[in-house]
Amino acid sequence: MRDIDDGMPGAVDALKALYPRTGRAHVVGVTGAPGTGKSTICDRLIGSFRAEGKKVGVVAVDPSSPYSGGAILGDRIRMQEHATDPGVFIRSMATRGHLGGLSASTGDVVRVMDAMGMDVVIVETVGVGQDEIEVARTAHTTVVVLVPGMGDDVQAIKAGLLEIADCFAVNKSDRDGADKVVRELQVMLDMRPRREGDWEPPVVKTAAIHGEGIGDLRGALDRHAEWAAGSGRSGQVLTDRRKSELGEIMRGMIAKAVERRIEAYPGGIDGLANDVRAAGKDPYTAAEEILKGAMDGLKESGGR
Amino acid sequence: MSSTRKLRILVAKPGLDGHDRGAKIVARALRDAGFEVIYTGLHQTPEMIAAAAIQEDVDAVGMSIMSGAHMVLMPAVVDLLRARGGEGIAVFGGGIIPDDDMEALRAKGVKGLFTPGTPLAEIVDWINANVTPRQ
Repeated sequence: MRDIDDGMPGAVDALKALYPRTGRAHVVGVTGAPGTGKSTICDRLIGSFRAEGKKVGVVAVDPSSPYSGGAILGDRIRMQEHATDPGVFIRSMATRGHLGGLSASTGDVVRVMDAMGMDVVIVETVGVGQDEIEVARTAHTTVVVLVPGMGDDVQAIKAGLLEIADCFAVNKSDRDGADKVVRELQVMLDMRPRREGDWEPPVVKTAAIHGEGIGDLRGALDRHAEWAAGSGRSGQVLTDRRKSELGEIMRGMIAKAVERRIEAYPGGIDGLANDVRAAGKDPYTAAEEILKGAMDGLKESGGR
Repeated sequence: MSSTRKLRILVAKPGLDGHDRGAKIVARALRDAGFEVIYTGLHQTPEMIAAAAIQEDVDAVGMSIMSGAHMVLMPAVVDLLRARGGEGIAVFGGGIIPDDDMEALRAKGVKGLFTPGTPLAEIVDWINANVTPRQ
């Protein structure tokens, strides 16, 4: 996992070797704004899966500092209870500048945990805003966590985060306003265009810190997994998963090749910028040249 | 950058005392130095710390102990890491540690020891000098 995260040569070969062992785990994404209780919900979900003897992997993503590149990864604090349980494997990751709510290597690390034999892999995103929806491409079932008091009902009709939910958890529901959030979500869901047989995202009230509503949330996750595996749907679901997997891997390889090309340029990105300015070149041409070099590099290395 | 090792460091607060201000300040300083810091919170047992260090594949474990239990807890983590294939993980610690204990702890494999008042830059320098990304 370290090699994958650090983009070391050889990591791609390891991923190829373990790929045939993937595809069995149920990947659950948990996303929401900072402080809504994502980690606590994850902690309770781990407990609920463990009660059935299921092995659980967790990939918890926290932000990297845009200035120092360092990070404080603190999601484990809420998952203490499972620290020494051999059936639980928790890995913290930093975004390292990647936008979208995950780190660039999250998908690969999820596949490693899948190949390790985890029955469930929970992906906890960084605290997100309105448009960090990458988790929906990685996870099979996406939970969007909301809390009371985060804004008026116009927030609920905006595009983005709310559209990717397979299930809503209205957490901290022991606070005032939880029922209003539930109502607003339901109105939003009733208004959305849909076809016969579409999944209806349930809205579940939770108070994760007290363990309330976790059974309902688990039920919703299981129902969604069953629906996705159900006849007539499973083929499309699997194709969609392959599609997003392919897109993610290709984007990752191209980004890596471009970064390597820039690193190899004398003086790195600063040198490149200076040369572009000195030569009176436009940045589009310079970018095309870098991209072309990156593609030539890819041909030689095969994406490693 | 595509293929560069970034140091990963676990900062843990073992034992029963609840003073984690120091641990949090160190964690913050390590973040600002560009390291990825996994912070696990209060009241950690040596087993919890070792398990987290292995799962997180860290290069170093830093412990903050104010309760006087450092002679038991710090070597216990060193031993557990060794038993689980983590012998390459550097172990360092901070707290109220008498000089007499320092030698004994170093002999038991706790490589870096810092007492109250140590400038944060000294801890960062120690890490840069003594901790390398594990291969």
